[in-house]
Amino acid sequence: MSSTITQAPAEIPAKREISTKPRLSDRVFRGVVTSGGLSSLVILGLILIFLLFNGYSTLKSQGLHFLTSSNWQAAVNDAGQFDAKNSHFGIAAMLIGTMIVAVIAVIIGVPISVGAAIYLTFYAPAFVKRVMVSAIDLMAAFPSVLFGLWGFFVLESSGEYWAKLINKFFSWIPIFQLPAPYVNRSPFIAGLVLAVMIIPIVTSISREIFSQTPLDRIQAAYALGGTRFAMLRAVAFPYARSGIVGGIMLGLGRAMGETVAVYTVLNIVYQVNWHILFSAGGNVASMILLKFGDASPYEIKALMAAGLVLFILTLIVNSLANLIVARTGKSGR
Amino acid sequence: MSIESADNQGDEMETTIQKSSLSDISAARAQKQPGSNALGVGLEARGVHAWFGEKHVLENVSLDFWPGSVTALIGPSGCGKSTFIRTLNRMHEFIPGAAMAGEVLLNGEDIYAAGVDVTKIRLKVGMVFQKPNPFPSMTIAENVLAGLKLAQLKVEKKDELLEECLERAGLWSEVKDRLNTHGGALSGGQQQRLCIARALAVRPQVLLMDEPCSALDPGSTLRIEETISQLSSSVTIVIVTHNMQQAARVSDYTAFFLSDGGPGQMVEVGSTNDIFSRPKDQRTENYVTGRFG
Repeated sequence: MSSTITQAPAEIPAKREISTKPRLSDRVFRGVVTSGGLSSLVILGLILIFLLFNGYSTLKSQGLHFLTSSNWQAAVNDAGQFDAKNSHFGIAAMLIGTMIVAVIAVIIGVPISVGAAIYLTFYAPAFVKRVMVSAIDLMAAFPSVLFGLWGFFVLESSGEYWAKLINKFFSWIPIFQLPAPYVNRSPFIAGLVLAVMIIPIVTSISREIFSQTPLDRIQAAYALGGTRFAMLRAVAFPYARSGIVGGIMLGLGRAMGETVAVYTVLNIVYQVNWHILFSAGGNVASMILLKFGDASPYEIKALMAAGLVLFILTLIVNSLANLIVARTGKSGR
Repeated sequence: MSIESADNQGDEMETTIQKSSLSDISAARAQKQPGSNALGVGLEARGVHAWFGEKHVLENVSLDFWPGSVTALIGPSGCGKSTFIRTLNRMHEFIPGAAMAGEVLLNGEDIYAAGVDVTKIRLKVGMVFQKPNPFPSMTIAENVLAGLKLAQLKVEKKDELLEECLERAGLWSEVKDRLNTHGGALSGGQQQRLCIARALAVRPQVLLMDEPCSALDPGSTLRIEETISQLSSSVTIVIVTHNMQQAARVSDYTAFFLSDGGPGQMVEVGSTNDIFSRPKDQRTENYVTGRFG
């Protein structure tokens, strides 16, 4: 056998380059979609540059204090000019307030959203599903100022009762304590309004991912004598988990960036406040809105810096989300 | 491990598991022939019809399944055999718009009776699907025991059950060193045997197999057919297959289904030998001799 193949060992050829000549129409289309895809990146980059350019001077003069202090004073000297030395800009209260309000929104909004998604995917009759899906889509398109007004006039009054109730029974937990008996316009109420606002996006993303649960796995769970609840736990949740996390992060992003609704509802105070039921809070975006109208040119630069910080915070949260999605893994998929 | 030793081990286990029903089976086989009356123990379909929406897909099928036997359902595509098998554990109603008429009796009781807990029916009548469908988020061991978790059953000796089920499904020797790895890494045939092990873990009386080998290569098919033979003395097996040789190899009884454009009907049922060597109906003969289908 071997004697027949004892010729000189065949030379291993170099790897060939495999290519194809694309048609003109293909190239044109490729160019169109590429520019479309890159334009969002370009716009984002330009905004970042704009914020950096305008906010840099404030960040430089304030240094780390911009993140750690809660002082916002644009000093003016005797000549009526901006006095950089005596001005203090710090957004610690606003940053912490942003996180607090957003986290409250997620804690309240996500269980409702995931519950709604499960109901719509696995329980609701077809016509209920149709009606509810369009109602939720409508809710997503609802102007946020209307949520703010509704929160201000409706949630404030009923929220006051809930806040007192929570304070009465849970005041042993520090965040539910009240330094003074003022419960209106608190981070708690703002969180409630934001919860309502993130429900549509989290619901529709969760519903989408639940509805993609592979039918054969669902059948397998039922065929093993599983109830619907058991099927959800064994099949639908592992499958949808990473997608739901992604939806939550989108909701969190919206809650952190929300401006008008929070501005309408929240009592913005330049002091770090961990007591979520107490009438004092903050939110970077609504602070910018609050200050923008009568800000001096120098103060506007500080607001730009605040915007930059919010931008970076959102970026960090999103990257964290991607990390979590990667970690919770595709194992259930 | 050789196939023979697997056989022996399987037999030992089966005798301990279903000692009482084994004697019933032989008695039943001695007394009864297919098509006669209820056995009292086992699975019986009585005048089963099925619809999808307005479409009548299955007409008046009455068929008894002997405890401890393998019954093959054969017939061309669209003859209603898969629909029929799914009426036997109430997976039929899972499809929107599905309806049925008639009765399916398990141990003499109608599984479609009002107030019956469908999850309990499916525990007694297990199912293996056409496409292997292990749970990818679970390990091999977790997959096998998934039914216990799903049905919230408590078991004392999980490890023993795990080994027993994998052994009976003919998979133990191949996976015993990697029970805690994920099931998705197995080959198609191994995945299907994992699904069989998973179905066995809740100790069903009946195992429905809906074309279990159609997505598998010949080697895996052979392995699963061996598994079916090993199981047949302890579990009643109903298998839908497109492969007539497979029906001839694994089954004790064969039922031939056919649709003439309308709803599918059962043309003929009998011992597999009879169906393949001297069918009563001309259409059956045409099908099993390969003249159509």
